[in-house]
Amino acid sequence: MEINKKILMPSKETRQERFGRTLSFISISAIVVLVALILYFIISKGISTFTDNHVNLWDFISRQDWSPSTIGKDGKPEVGALPMIVTSFSVTFLSALLATPFAIAAGIYMTVIGPKKSRGFLQTVIELLVGIPSVVYGFIGLTIIVPIVRTLFGGTGFGILSATLVLFVMVLPTITSLTVDSLNAVPKHLSEASLALGATRWQTIYKVILRSATPGILTAIIFGMARAFGEALAVQMVIGNAILMPKNLITPSSTLTSQLTTGIGNTVMGTLGNNALWSLALVLLLMSLFFNILVKLIGKRGKF
Amino acid sequence: MTSILKTENVHLYYGEKEALHGFDIEFEQNEITALIGPSGCGKSTFLRCLNRMNDLRNNTTVTGSFKIGDRDIYAPTTDMTELRKEIGMVFQQPNPFPFSVYDNVAYGLRIAGVKDKKVLDEVVEKSLKQAAVWDEVKDDLNKNALSFSGGQQQRICIARVLAVKPKIILMDEPTSALDPISSAKIEDTLLELKKDFTIIIVTHNMQQASRIADKTAFMLNGDLIEYNKTSKMFLNPDKQQTSDYLNGEFG
Ligand SMILES: Nc1ncnc2c1ncn2[C@@H]1O[C@H](COP(=O)(O)OP(=O)(O)O)[C@@H](O)[C@H]1O
Ligand SMILES: [Mg+2]
Repeated sequence: MEINKKILMPSKETRQERFGRTLSFISISAIVVLVALILYFIISKGISTFTDNHVNLWDFISRQDWSPSTIGKDGKPEVGALPMIVTSFSVTFLSALLATPFAIAAGIYMTVIGPKKSRGFLQTVIELLVGIPSVVYGFIGLTIIVPIVRTLFGGTGFGILSATLVLFVMVLPTITSLTVDSLNAVPKHLSEASLALGATRWQTIYKVILRSATPGILTAIIFGMARAFGEALAVQMVIGNAILMPKNLITPSSTLTSQLTTGIGNTVMGTLGNNALWSLALVLLLMSLFFNILVKLIGKRGKF
Repeated sequence: MTSILKTENVHLYYGEKEALHGFDIEFEQNEITALIGPSGCGKSTFLRCLNRMNDLRNNTTVTGSFKIGDRDIYAPTTDMTELRKEIGMVFQQPNPFPFSVYDNVAYGLRIAGVKDKKVLDEVVEKSLKQAAVWDEVKDDLNKNALSFSGGQQQRICIARVLAVKPKIILMDEPTSALDPISSAKIEDTLLELKKDFTIIIVTHNMQQASRIADKTAFMLNGDLIEYNKTSKMFLNPDKQQTSDYLNGEFG
């Protein structure tokens, strides 16, 4: 009887497991609900510009005038987001382009050629750079980079160039640390095989290590771009915040994010001015989705 | 028989610890020589001296004489990349690059600056045939080498070494990670290859040594105990320790 009862009753371990499982299920559900709500909110708000205010979607992504709160010449409000889209992409690509060679060089130094001691030192520096809040980067950009750009290239100093330089410093640690991870993941026996075939150290680095790590490095670059694309505060401080089509790298302009932070306090919920900002947020959301999918695709193709 | 590689009084230290204590051996051209002995006796260590792969490890000191023909392998003037093209190596774990079969086999030529597509094509085909894996991969030369079985990968790695046309091929337990059928195929391949190459193979499988090796060297704790014709060694060894090892008394 005793034994029977013991076997049929759930043991302490079983009860613990059930409890743990319930707890994690509740947490996961909460997260899923939260994400779903955020998505719903952004999407419904973002498309109301087009459904409620009847702005033409094509006008939104192709026109260059942005003043959603006032009536334009043709009797309709101007909701052309092209300048911000162009500026956002420009600062993103330029900063990633600039940071990638540095990140790869630093990554190779830290994983293959550098002495053990300096590897740890560089690791610490990178972690430090990641931890600095964006407003600090923006402030440094404002007090150092903007004046330098102004002296060297003229103009106000605000614009894509300054934003690119600030973002360069901000995405460099992201790209570097992920590049280091992917270089470290290249098995040592591949380098040995290459050297045993008579390759030099540089040939081995270039033709085996970098080539094997390429999917990981691409992923690193995309994460860096996602960070650059989404950065608001630091960019806002150095970009100039003029909603104009950028003519060159040193005229003031505006990114999607900087316009969002600038404008969101000055508009009233439910008006077109506010809805149009939500549409900008929707573009940001779609882009980060796109970056994510890209990372997944690359991850699937490059496995050892 | 002509001698191709000769070492005298080889000592190797890992830091303070001596792993080889005065090693004299001479390898004959176009023969297969097997190195056997219990695990940890220094077989890999010795093999890695011959193409100077030990140089890659920190804290190793090698002394003694290594001569390929009349050239000193450890002479300061030795060009390491030339040496390693002359003395190729196949590792215990199949380690193809995560590239296509073609790019794997062509690797050695490409790093040597060969760009001519026709030359590359020819060498890739010939090497894969010599390694007896051509029939299995010829339709998939652009497929990632990692998508093949372990045995096929190892033969692709052998082809990759053959493509460089080394004089000597070092093999460190090349079949220990493979199933018996793949191992048998590789053994057959090696018997074919010795017409054109000299092979020095480490194996912990004594049957394998007796099947393929012309000569066998038995090592124990960093010493060369006995070096003899394989048939002699397995039937009637000179040393008591060899006979004990072959009879499974230790190791
Ligand atoms: N990198 C190394 N550092 C220090 N000791 C090593 C190293 N590699 C091997 N050894 C030691 O040298 C001896 C011989 O090892 P090894 O040549 O790998 O033997 P085997 O290949 O015969 O099994 C062992 O005692 C091993 O522990
Ligand atoms: Mg070994």
